[in-house]
Amino acid sequence: MTLMWILLLPLLGTLVPLLAAKWNRSACALATALPPAIALMLVLLHTGQVLSGETVRFFLSWIPLLGLDISIRLDGLAYLFSLLILGIGLLIILYARYYLSERDSMPRFYAYLMLFMTAMLGIVLSGNLLQLWMFWELTSISSFLLISFWWHKAEARRGARMALTVTGAGGLALLAAFLLIGQVVGSYDLDVVLASTDVIQQHSWYPVLLVLFLLGCFTKSAQFPFHFWLPNAMAAPTPVSAYLHSATMVKAGIFLLARFYPALSGTELWFILVSLTGLATLLIGAYLALFKHDLKGLLAYSTISHLGLITLLFGMGTDLAAVAGVFHIINHATFKASLFMAAGIIDHESGSRDMRKLNGLWQFMPITATLAMVAAAAMAGVPLLNGFLSKEMFFAETLHQHLLGSLSWVIPVLATVAAIFSVAYSMRFIHDVFFNGQPKGLTKTPHEPPRYMRVPVEVLVALCILVGIFPAYLIGDLLHAASASVLGGVVPEYSLAIWHGFNLPLMMSILALAGGTLIYVNRKHLFDFQNTLPDVDALNSFEGGVKSLIARCDQFYQWLDNGSLQRYMMLALLTFVVLAGAPLLELDTLWGGRDELPIDAVNATGAAMLLIAAFATVVWHRKRVVALLMISVVGLMVSIAFTRFSAPDLALTQLSVEVVTVILLMLALFFLPHKTPKQSEAPRVVRDVSIASMVGVLVGSLSYALMTRPLSSISEYFLANAKTGGGGTNVVNVILVDFRGFDTMGEIAVLGIASLGIFKLLTRIPIFKPSSDGEGRPWATERHSVLLSTVAQSLLPLAIMVSVYIFFRGHNLPGGGFIAGLITAVAIILQYIAQGVDWVKARMDVEYQRVVAVGLLIALFTGVASWAFGKPFLTSWFDYFDIPLLGEIELASAIAFDLGVYITVVGSTLLILASLGKMTTSHRPVHKDTI
Amino acid sequence: METLFACCIGFLTACGVFLMLRGRTFPVVLGLTMLSYAVNLFLFSSGRLTLRGAAVLGTTEQYADPLPQALVLTAIVIGFAMTAFLVILAIRARADLGNDHVDGKLPESELSKKESR
Repeated sequence: MTLMWILLLPLLGTLVPLLAAKWNRSACALATALPPAIALMLVLLHTGQVLSGETVRFFLSWIPLLGLDISIRLDGLAYLFSLLILGIGLLIILYARYYLSERDSMPRFYAYLMLFMTAMLGIVLSGNLLQLWMFWELTSISSFLLISFWWHKAEARRGARMALTVTGAGGLALLAAFLLIGQVVGSYDLDVVLASTDVIQQHSWYPVLLVLFLLGCFTKSAQFPFHFWLPNAMAAPTPVSAYLHSATMVKAGIFLLARFYPALSGTELWFILVSLTGLATLLIGAYLALFKHDLKGLLAYSTISHLGLITLLFGMGTDLAAVAGVFHIINHATFKASLFMAAGIIDHESGSRDMRKLNGLWQFMPITATLAMVAAAAMAGVPLLNGFLSKEMFFAETLHQHLLGSLSWVIPVLATVAAIFSVAYSMRFIHDVFFNGQPKGLTKTPHEPPRYMRVPVEVLVALCILVGIFPAYLIGDLLHAASASVLGGVVPEYSLAIWHGFNLPLMMSILALAGGTLIYVNRKHLFDFQNTLPDVDALNSFEGGVKSLIARCDQFYQWLDNGSLQRYMMLALLTFVVLAGAPLLELDTLWGGRDELPIDAVNATGAAMLLIAAFATVVWHRKRVVALLMISVVGLMVSIAFTRFSAPDLALTQLSVEVVTVILLMLALFFLPHKTPKQSEAPRVVRDVSIASMVGVLVGSLSYALMTRPLSSISEYFLANAKTGGGGTNVVNVILVDFRGFDTMGEIAVLGIASLGIFKLLTRIPIFKPSSDGEGRPWATERHSVLLSTVAQSLLPLAIMVSVYIFFRGHNLPGGGFIAGLITAVAIILQYIAQGVDWVKARMDVEYQRVVAVGLLIALFTGVASWAFGKPFLTSWFDYFDIPLLGEIELASAIAFDLGVYITVVGSTLLILASLGKMTTSHRPVHKDTI
Repeated sequence: METLFACCIGFLTACGVFLMLRGRTFPVVLGLTMLSYAVNLFLFSSGRLTLRGAAVLGTTEQYADPLPQALVLTAIVIGFAMTAFLVILAIRARADLGNDHVDGKLPESELSKKESR
């Protein structure tokens, strides 16, 4: 659990500065420093265990089905990084207290910083890949917030955006890599993954997942060609540059290389990709650093170069190289963080970071100058400082590798070249800033910083010197433990001594120092040459690239989504053809082994009429009334088909729905044009006919394949239990109101909602008054046919009686709430047709939306009522009662539910038709007689 | 019989799809109605075709599958609600937009024809 607190404390620490905002600045900084200080102590508590090679774990199951757990794992490498993150983090908190001005929001800064600290600790302590990735993304986000801390500056905003885009894109690649690893290994647990080296490397996905993994690492660690975001991230306040962009976050990519070193390294592909990328980054960074006039720019490119060096070390593949890599991580963090802080002090106390203006600062700030010079010397690899030791190890390893076969000698040469430039830019940092004449055009007179602002630099520089002189005593154990976790337990023999005798690596160091001095002295020629090269602004080209990408996407989107429904429909149908067609291609035969029923004359005639009517609908679809007539024939044939194939309930429903549909469409035609203008060109017709035929062929084939396959249905259960469990013999109805009552409940709710939607759509519709039909004939002036109204009126009681009968017998014979409701609705609609809205309204003033609501409520309460008996929702109940005179009758709760269905259907249907009918009535030309 | 039934379903689907691809609202409504016939028959046929086997207990020996029937029954009613909603939407769209094209505006070819008249 203490491990959990290492993570939780900084997370809680994000709130501390916000709560302490009212206190004075020092108190706020002190309060903020408290949680990480405790966390650091917690880490140190585990020193004994970790240095003895043990891995401390904490595990909390979270979403085991997804392989997502909270897993914390502290081994040597994680321990080393935790120390760096928390230790340097504390120094940064102190430093930032003096660096931030009165106008900067200190609580906001500290809150972001603590968020970042949590994220970074999360990465190094994670024992689960997905959890690690989550923290990885959090570092990108907190880095974005910190770079854009001074959001009033355009360069800060642009730099932050670029950093987020690059590292975020890399994060996605990393996620893909992790998911692939999880698939290959079968677990997201880090221990399992690290133990599955062979499984991963022999899998056919290995190249893909390695490239994705490296994309994630390289973008984060600013490796060539993704290095460009780092110099632009220097728009951040200097404490951020010191912390995130040199000591910790940019090391996250390298941390991952080290973390997954046991699982992923050792292959040809790894060597080539990692070492060559590292080498290129090392050279490019070192070379470009020399030409930066901005202090932080120089340090940024130097950071890139050193990150390249570490990457190269991890790419070489020898165990000693990995040890050297870990060692250089520590050394680089100490000297580079102190250099950045020194640069921040110079900026803070002299008002400029431009090395063309900053000259001769030695006389103004001798102490800071001394500190910076020591740190810069460590960066250059001067003996007796820590940078020298790891650089020596690096040189030694470049001599021992055989990456490029017979051309392997190139690597030590190039390493020496990079070291020469490293010495040159370090000298420039020292000589240009602290000597080299007098300052030019500074706005204020430089002076030493506040006492405590220098403390973090002093601590780190002291570490540089001490590690440089007593390496084995100070960090021997730590380096051993961290290397052990990188190498999977076995650490090769190595010596941390300062003096190894006159050997080749020492020669290379001396050559680098001499060559660097030479280049620095003659830098003018190199600068002149560099000035003739075109100046590429990474920020502008990156943003240009992003813009053109967005424009391309936009073009594609405009092409795809051009606002035409017709087109979407076509695309959707084509997708269907592809998706449904592909599996059918693999099927050998459609026929599934079931014998067909014989075709008799009735069926054949019905089918023929159906086909003819459907075809006629299509052919005459531009004459809308004719098409409507034709489609009603199709509907009629469908209901006959239902009758024929043993579905009387369906036939009844289809028939009554057919009636209301036709009435509805007739009414609609009042408001819509009666003819469709000829519009489709011949090619369009050909295209649509082909699409339609493809879909038709597919659906027909599917249906044939389905019908000829033997049936195994769950309906046996319904047939067996309809009478005993549901109390009815009409199984279809029992399913509707009992077995699947909850479905029916949802369905009548949909019906009700649709009718209410229609009701709302028709209110306050802009009036559109057709005064004649499509042919230009005025509407008939006869108000109502006497014959029809007489018949309709006398039919009404009969129809209602029939519907009541149909309703009650529904449980045992074809019928039920749906059908009865439709019959009642048709009977009432007939009154509207025959007598007009006003006539009906005078006799039956009902608001149909209330009817819908009542129906739904009845159904709902029938369901709820079962709760009163301690049964689940919609449990049905029935019993038989012996009533005098009537004899034995059955009463079932399902009847009440069916009543709800009935009322909802009546209400919805009438609401739809009467609302629309009312519209036509109000637009009807008024007959002279009635006035 | 199954072959004929499948042919009918296929043909109804094809007709429905063709009408749905038209540019004006009314043919689209007709197409959708046609398609829902086809879909209902398709769903119904998943219970296989049975002659003289209505699922009323005690009336026959071999019952048709009642489950697809129950599903189709509600599908028919909801299909009506959907058709109605679509029709009203079409009316509303015509009232608001002044034309009955599914895209909400007349295609350019037609507009130019109108202007030239």
